[in-house]
Amino acid sequence: MPLPDVIPFIGLGWSDVLFLILSGVVLAAAFAVVFGRDIIKSGLFLILTLGALAGIYVMLGAAIVAGAQVLVYIGAISVLILFAIMLTQSKLAPVKLAFQTQVTPAALAAVLLAVLFGLAFGSTEWGSTVFTDTPAATGTAPVAAALFGPYLLAFEIASVLILAAVIGGLYLAMEPKGDDVGEELP
Amino acid sequence: MSQIAGHLEPYLVLSGMLFAIGSFGFLARRNAISMLMSIELMLNAVNLAALAFGAFIPSLAGQGAAFALLIIAVAAAEATVGLAIVIAIFRNRKTPLVDEYDTMRQ
Repeated sequence: MPLPDVIPFIGLGWSDVLFLILSGVVLAAAFAVVFGRDIIKSGLFLILTLGALAGIYVMLGAAIVAGAQVLVYIGAISVLILFAIMLTQSKLAPVKLAFQTQVTPAALAAVLLAVLFGLAFGSTEWGSTVFTDTPAATGTAPVAAALFGPYLLAFEIASVLILAAVIGGLYLAMEPKGDDVGEELP
Repeated sequence: MSQIAGHLEPYLVLSGMLFAIGSFGFLARRNAISMLMSIELMLNAVNLAALAFGAFIPSLAGQGAAFALLIIAVAAAEATVGLAIVIAIFRNRKTPLVDEYDTMRQ
């Protein structure tokens, strides 16, 4: 027996329910990243946020970006962040004092930003297509045509930037030689 | 049939909320690595908006994904250099809390 197109009693399609679940996971995990007292748990919730976002990228028909998200963000950047957390958390770093004194203005600014986004999205006519289901997957050919056509220069600059970042990261993470480098006066 | 997942606006709203959460974390957290994680959240929100525009606006087909891939590459470079800077400062000051990096204020 095939599944019905619309879930009974709710009136939403299956892709709607999938979108709601994934976006709920994204928002809840992002709140846990920002508000968590324990920073190592914040790092793990960041992985959950990025994974659920990869699911939303697949719903948008961009499977290549979802793959890059899993490889680069979850595979590389999250591991880098977890290593940095383990290297920098000492007994001197209190876990409890998570927020600065400017937490109230920061919350006000974030709420104001969200309201501005809502107003802008609500009042703009985008001229977008409305799909009966999720957007159709377009494959990688248009992505390649854009990336290696009009954005070829940006692509090359990004590769040079990554090379520079690798060299810079190595230089910054090196142990300083000699006593006069990086020493602070008492 | 879908009433939510087939429209552009829900994706944009999710992207805006994620960006606002990330900006709050960037402004409010004391730990430098927490601030970097909040920057990653904001970059991902921008990625989501770019992909949504690429998927829903016909003249932008393919360009959204190209933008998102470039943003991911730049984010990887940013995370590398940022975490190396945090570790280099931590080696000097023995703390990851940004409000104790106050040498230039004295």
